[in-house]
Amino acid sequence: MSVFTLKVNGQSHTVDVDPTTPLLYVLSDDLALKGPKFGCGLGQCGSCTAIVNGRAVRSCRTPVSTVNGATITTLEGLGTPEKPHPIQKAFIDEQAAQCGYCLNGVVLTAKAFLDQNPKATDEQIHQAMSTVLCRCFTTTRMMRAIKKYATERA
Amino acid sequence: MKNKPHDLPGDVSPKELNLTEAAVAALREQGFSRRQFLKGSGALVVAFSVAEFADTLGIAPEKMLAQGGNTPQALDSWIAVGADGNVIVYTGRADMGQGTFTVQMQLAAEELSVSMNRIRMVECDTGMTPDQGTSSGSQCHPVNFNQENLAQACATAREALVAMAAARLGSSAGDLVAADGVVMHKSDASKRVTYGELVGGKRFDMTIKKDAKRKPVQNWTVLGRSVPRVDMPALATGRFEHVQNVRVPGMVHGRMVRPPSIGATLANVDESSVAGMPGNVKVVVKKNLVGVVADKPWQAIQAAEKLKVTWTPGPALPGQRDFYNYLRNHPGRRDALQVNSKDVEAKLQGAATRVKATYLHPYQMHGSLGSSCAVADVKGSNATVWSSTQAVYPLRGTTAMVLGLQPQQVRVIYVRGSGCYGLNGSDGVAYDAAVLSQAVGKPVRVQLTRKDEMVWGENYGLPFVVDQQVGLDANGTIVAWDYETWSASLGNRPGNNAPGNVASGLLLGFPPQAVAPRAQAPEPQNFDNGNNAVPAYVTGRVGGKNGGTGTIASERVLTHTVPSPFLTGPLRSPARLQNAFAQECFMDEVAAQVKADPVQYRLRHLSDQRLKDVITDAARQANWDARPSPKPGSPRTGIASGRGMACVLYEGDNGYVALVAEVDVNQDTGAVRTKRIVVAQDVGPISSPDGLRNQLEGGALQGLSRALGEEVTWDDQKITSVDWATYKTLYVGSNVPAIESVLIDHPESEAMGAGETAITIVAAAVGNAIFDATGVRIREVPFTPERVKAALAQRQGNQTAQVV
Repeated sequence: MSVFTLKVNGQSHTVDVDPTTPLLYVLSDDLALKGPKFGCGLGQCGSCTAIVNGRAVRSCRTPVSTVNGATITTLEGLGTPEKPHPIQKAFIDEQAAQCGYCLNGVVLTAKAFLDQNPKATDEQIHQAMSTVLCRCFTTTRMMRAIKKYATERA
Repeated sequence: MKNKPHDLPGDVSPKELNLTEAAVAALREQGFSRRQFLKGSGALVVAFSVAEFADTLGIAPEKMLAQGGNTPQALDSWIAVGADGNVIVYTGRADMGQGTFTVQMQLAAEELSVSMNRIRMVECDTGMTPDQGTSSGSQCHPVNFNQENLAQACATAREALVAMAAARLGSSAGDLVAADGVVMHKSDASKRVTYGELVGGKRFDMTIKKDAKRKPVQNWTVLGRSVPRVDMPALATGRFEHVQNVRVPGMVHGRMVRPPSIGATLANVDESSVAGMPGNVKVVVKKNLVGVVADKPWQAIQAAEKLKVTWTPGPALPGQRDFYNYLRNHPGRRDALQVNSKDVEAKLQGAATRVKATYLHPYQMHGSLGSSCAVADVKGSNATVWSSTQAVYPLRGTTAMVLGLQPQQVRVIYVRGSGCYGLNGSDGVAYDAAVLSQAVGKPVRVQLTRKDEMVWGENYGLPFVVDQQVGLDANGTIVAWDYETWSASLGNRPGNNAPGNVASGLLLGFPPQAVAPRAQAPEPQNFDNGNNAVPAYVTGRVGGKNGGTGTIASERVLTHTVPSPFLTGPLRSPARLQNAFAQECFMDEVAAQVKADPVQYRLRHLSDQRLKDVITDAARQANWDARPSPKPGSPRTGIASGRGMACVLYEGDNGYVALVAEVDVNQDTGAVRTKRIVVAQDVGPISSPDGLRNQLEGGALQGLSRALGEEVTWDDQKITSVDWATYKTLYVGSNVPAIESVLIDHPESEAMGAGETAITIVAAAVGNAIFDATGVRIREVPFTPERVKAALAQRQGNQTAQVV
């Protein structure tokens, strides 16, 4: 067991865990966050995405020991139901979900990409989302919401 | 806890609520969140342990209202009105992500004449909601929106409230009107009484009236509108609680250790292999079910990986390469006839031309994004299970069987999981969690691995072989249609008494539902096209009546079901999709054979006006290029473009749909890109246009993913499609078209299902578009680049149907 300090959604947390523990379990169990979700444990689907120091990472494949001291944002860290972040508002406006399990990965991947590539073309956005899965296939609404956010923030 | 009973989204911190930990635990046990207790209506309703529960929370028991139990006939099972006029509505139909939670609130608001923000809804909880069986078969909407169940309960309640008001106000019911939770005199607004004043805190004590009048569609103010989903803000901001997020006090984490393949049995578990691992690791073995429990998830995962388990392999699997012949030649088959005019042989013999073809469809997966998860808390003779099952009451019964309890001792609380589309691992993982919890005496959470979900967690969609033959007269009109299928089945939904229908139950020693061989099919007695085995173009004549939608009178539909080597289940549009793929592509082949436009040729063989209408509307919206396929002058290399049409009356009576797909086929790589999808649909009165569109869009694209890439694979011992690298799906960033939808409103008719309409005909429409573009007919799903390229390499001249 080792002690790690993480700044998650603006708040500092100290956890004492096995250093090989994937960040996902620290977020979803030690910190009881609902955003990051287990989908595959293989980095293939995006459900577990967290924004770590500005980059979207697959937290299921990220040992907590590699992110000590990092600034981490999960879906609940962006905004609230009363005051959603603009990208969350775009998803609400477009009613871009069915079961909603994938939203953490979809929203955070898109946000991190557009933060770093504010002038991304549609094709680049598609490319950025090409390893994120939604098995309800709410695909067209999600891409509409992402492009709406991209236009608004540009 | 999830928003249940549903509260409008918003976060309330535990501090604000000032509840003790014991009270929070009690709330959790009862399936409530803290917030709901604070904000809930005056008529807090719980179904059992009222006094004890109330005491724990410091709420006077008399402020609570026991409801009518789970008897669907009792009005109090569905609706409770609080003294403050707020209304609690109970439903036994689960929202798995289709938006039915919101649209049921719309229904209740409409029929009860109250505003939506006065309604709290409780969804699928055997402790609280009426027994509505299983939420499946595209029936969630019809079953609560027609002349029964929730809709009729709300109409009954409104009439009862008006009658009470009439007595209270000394007026006749006809002079009164209900609006926004108040009954008032039509011409004297001072004569008014609220619902809360009439019945608040008391029971209705009446049964649902079959003749209670529903509001006419033209008077709707809430239903029929695209009300934003009440769960959307919580979903988009990470506040929504899926079953994967359920955490209960004292909970530990389980991990299952599965055999490598179906049929393998446990030889030995070496518990010493995990001795001394951190987290109070415990090994649980019950027959062939093996799991470990530890304090934290990562500890359980590591222990499960380290645990030495020896399995005795099961029987070898039938080879995948020859599997379709395996289906066709299996001796232990069960035969059934859906229609049989007994003149098919003669008509085929006498036909001017005969055309025949064989179509193939593989096993496919539900492939839920989140692997299945459940939390179970078994304490002595009482068990609570939080599950994303589509069937809370049946799961209560089978969990009781697994635990050796009575159904009344088990409570199943539905919490939405990752989208399911039929039968993923939700039921099985509930047994896993329950068995582990019973063994260790603590609440246990289990979430399957990706591989366990794909190999063992779910029941695959059905494989199909279809042989078809039609006879044509001299004018090219079809005069006889012979349709024969071979499919495979093992297990299914567990229902009320068959836990062995899913993997965990099987491992616990319960038998799966097996195929009962029957070599001689009895003659059909009733027309039932629930599986869409009967093509749309035949009359469906059984018992002297035409039950079908077509004009071809000489018809035979014979189905064979053989034992499956893998567990199977009702993957979205079960059998309907496979049948529609074969029928709608074959219809296209025949049209091409007689050089007819595929749309016109369909219309020529149909009798049902509503089915004709969706075809015509889809064609019009798509600017359908009316001509025979394949497209004349299409290039033989590079990109070739084409369009295809398909249609179905889903389940024979549950939704009319037609779909046009436009594709580009890259003839150098075999890659198929779908450029456009147009869907026209008629499912009766439309409750929420945007909700309906969301279902159509998702269904169409899931259908596209299944058509283009999805296929379960195996070698001689085990499943080899075990993750997203080996099971091919479309991604959010995949190049897919926007879905153009034409919604045909038929307010006067019954509500029908919309969840499985579009998906049923995508493979057929895309297959037809590939043929139109290239002249090559692909008769096997999925249309992978390799398969398309191989077919193109075989192309000689314009490939047409096999004429015999």
